Amino acid sequence: MVKYVLLALSLTLTACQHKPETSLYQRLGGESGVEHIVDGILYGIEHDQSIVHHFADTDIPRFRRLLIEQFCELSGGPCKYSGVSMQESHTGFQITQAHFDALVNHLITAMQQQKVSVEAQNELLAILAPMYKDVVYR
Amino acid sequence: MKKVLAALGFLLVSPYLMAGSKVIATGGATTIEGNSGGGIVPWATINGYSSSDEWSVNSFAGRVGVDDFTLDSLGVGASFNNQWELSFARQKFALDTIGGELRQDVLGVKYKVAGELLYTGLPQISIGAQFKKNRDFALPSAVGAGDDSGYEVYVAATKVFFDAIAGRNLLLNATIRSTDAHQTGLLGFGGEGVSRKLMFESSAVLLLNYNLALGTEFKQKPNQLGFADEQHWRDLFAAWFINKNASVVLGYVDLGDIAGLSDQTGFYLSLEGTW
Ligand code: HEM
Ligand code: HEM
Repeated sequence: MVKYVLLALSLTLTACQHKPETSLYQRLGGESGVEHIVDGILYGIEHDQSIVHHFADTDIPRFRRLLIEQFCELSGGPCKYSGVSMQESHTGFQITQAHFDALVNHLITAMQQQKVSVEAQNELLAILAPMYKDVVYR
Repeated sequence: MKKVLAALGFLLVSPYLMAGSKVIATGGATTIEGNSGGGIVPWATINGYSSSDEWSVNSFAGRVGVDDFTLDSLGVGASFNNQWELSFARQKFALDTIGGELRQDVLGVKYKVAGELLYTGLPQISIGAQFKKNRDFALPSAVGAGDDSGYEVYVAATKVFFDAIAGRNLLLNATIRSTDAHQTGLLGFGGEGVSRKLMFESSAVLLLNYNLALGTEFKQKPNQLGFADEQHWRDLFAAWFINKNASVVLGYVDLGDIAGLSDQTGFYLSLEGTW
């Protein structure tokens, strides 16, 4: 019984699976979509007492521009990230797992607000999650 | 107006703040034995939403209702640093057609040794121990169990694969448990000719979105008590993580033969609160 339901479930799901023609960048909403997502993250950071202190000396407009560039490039958009490596930019801030989790929550909230599809959200998370090792406890 | 909005916003985010930083659903559900996992299989996940340097508490109530038996579990747990988990569960297994009941307490501890569920290529790996004590031992003793208490140790590896099936995230878990329990300990431990065995358990869960998940589990059982066959357990479940404070799991379970009564299938329902 369990086996058949599972089989049916996986067949239905894989049957629906087609690689969309459009790039992740487009499915995130293109230029304005990525900008809104990044602004959503900035809003989340600004209102989060647990992590806002990390950004006390940060040049926010520059940080915003670099995050937009980075998300745009990683999602297959027409941009080139001009900032420094993740390891370099996050060393010395004592960023913990809780801080990282908090930022992921702000990213998810921002994508939900932008009505990004679950598939596109997961695709972006899949790209960003492995950066964990370059960002925390450095 | 701004003040009203701010107040409203605060009300909306305040329970969320109390619940810790981890991403929703990453604390898993709570098993019938009180630890973080699916319904019957403990995972490497740490219960609740405490991330680094945070702590959280949780409590749950679950019921498994199969043809001739009803298992009620109630428990509480605490976790710290997304690393330590302590849990206590009290189980009552009612023998609806045979008559009587078997009660058992389960004290559990789990420690995350490596990996991060979401963020590392290496799966999250945890080790755990459970101390179980029967509160009714007449029947287990009569059917051949040697001991009214026992311990189990397990290693679990769990990982979430983002964007795995049709754009959805997939959680896979494998657990190896060392045990000498009969029917998870409800029918006692050890006895003549009974040895400690390594059992394999697994779970696969598809996260449809942040709040809804569909899963299935398999739990190998040792079958060492002569008087009646014990079979592997299976289940299918749907979990609804309403928010970081509440979740509901509804499932279909197949527990095989129990105490000579065959084909025990039925439902599973569990409610959990996390703070
Ligand atoms: C104590 C620290 C901070 C204070 C007092 C502060 C204050 C402000 C104020 C007064 C504004 C203008 C409000 C408005 O236009 O409605 C603003 C805008 C903004 N802030 Fe902050 N801010 C702080 C920290 C941050 C941090 C840490 C971030 C992001 C990481 C951030 C990101 C932004 C962004 C993106 C805007 C919008 C800018 C724009 O519209 O071009 N701020 N902030
Ligand atoms: C996958 C996750 C993350 C990504 C993709 C990311 C991306 C970036 C980028 C592109 C920059 C600009 C680099 C540059 O200045 O050249 C930056 C800077 C920064 N990030 Fe992150 N970040 C992540 C996680 C975090 C977390 C969890 C925190 C802490 C809560 C954090 C705190 C900072 C700070 C404080 C800066 C500014 C450094 C400075 O002012 O020089 N980041 N990040």
